[in-house]
Amino acid sequence: MKNRLTQFITYFIFWMLLTWSINIQDVSAGVVVSLIAIALTRDLFPEEMAKFLSPVRFLWAVLYLIYLIYYIILANFDVAYRVIHPALPIRPGIVKVKTGLKSEMARTMLANSITLTPGTLSVDVNGEDYYIHWINIMTDDPEEQRRIIISRFEWMLRRVFE
Amino acid sequence: MSNHVAIGFIAVGVIFDLLGCLGLIRLPDVYNRLQAATKSVTLGTCMVLFGVFLEFGFTAGGAKALLCILFILLTSPTSAHALARGSHISGFKLWEGSVMDKLEEDKGE
Repeated sequence: MKNRLTQFITYFIFWMLLTWSINIQDVSAGVVVSLIAIALTRDLFPEEMAKFLSPVRFLWAVLYLIYLIYYIILANFDVAYRVIHPALPIRPGIVKVKTGLKSEMARTMLANSITLTPGTLSVDVNGEDYYIHWINIMTDDPEEQRRIIISRFEWMLRRVFE
Repeated sequence: MSNHVAIGFIAVGVIFDLLGCLGLIRLPDVYNRLQAATKSVTLGTCMVLFGVFLEFGFTAGGAKALLCILFILLTSPTSAHALARGSHISGFKLWEGSVMDKLEEDKGE
């Protein structure tokens, strides 16, 4: 029930933002459409979304977004530098790193965050192993790779999802 | 005033998009190209949309621009991941200058 409620709140907020008008017709249409959407996507909606009903997690999620945007901007200057540099300074390869995160949604977000941050792109995920394409492999030591790629997000995602 | 800031955001966003396209041409192999394409195009497009939001403020158009930023942040890395994984499964080799391929090694086991 709690899941359905979260689902309803999420869909309804999206509807309200998209229509951007508060009158009785739009709001009641929103309720009906949200209910239909719930019926259609019951199984697709991640159950862990219910966690966001707690304000603390929500706050951490917002902080995480800001933290992520900082790294996205860094990533772009990194790409710009590599693309413009005449010698094309890259040393690519696929590395394997392990995560300590347990929740499915946290792992999904971690994979997405890795893709958006400087020089890394998640290629495959197998349980707790992440295979990551790294445009400029700085070190061959797995521990060091783990520290550079994953640790900067892991502690924060743990607060958001676990 | 906010008009100038908005145009600034859109201009910088377009520059990042351009750099992403340059990366698509210059970098070798599909994985490196995906790197450039995802990162630059995500930030570039988000900045263009943010510029639109600044221009229109909290109106119907501005709110939609903000929502699009959220959706792009969620979907762009996911599609890059799907493309990279698909390429690797269908056997696209890494560029010959690549240092290692742990995924290929683990597949053989």
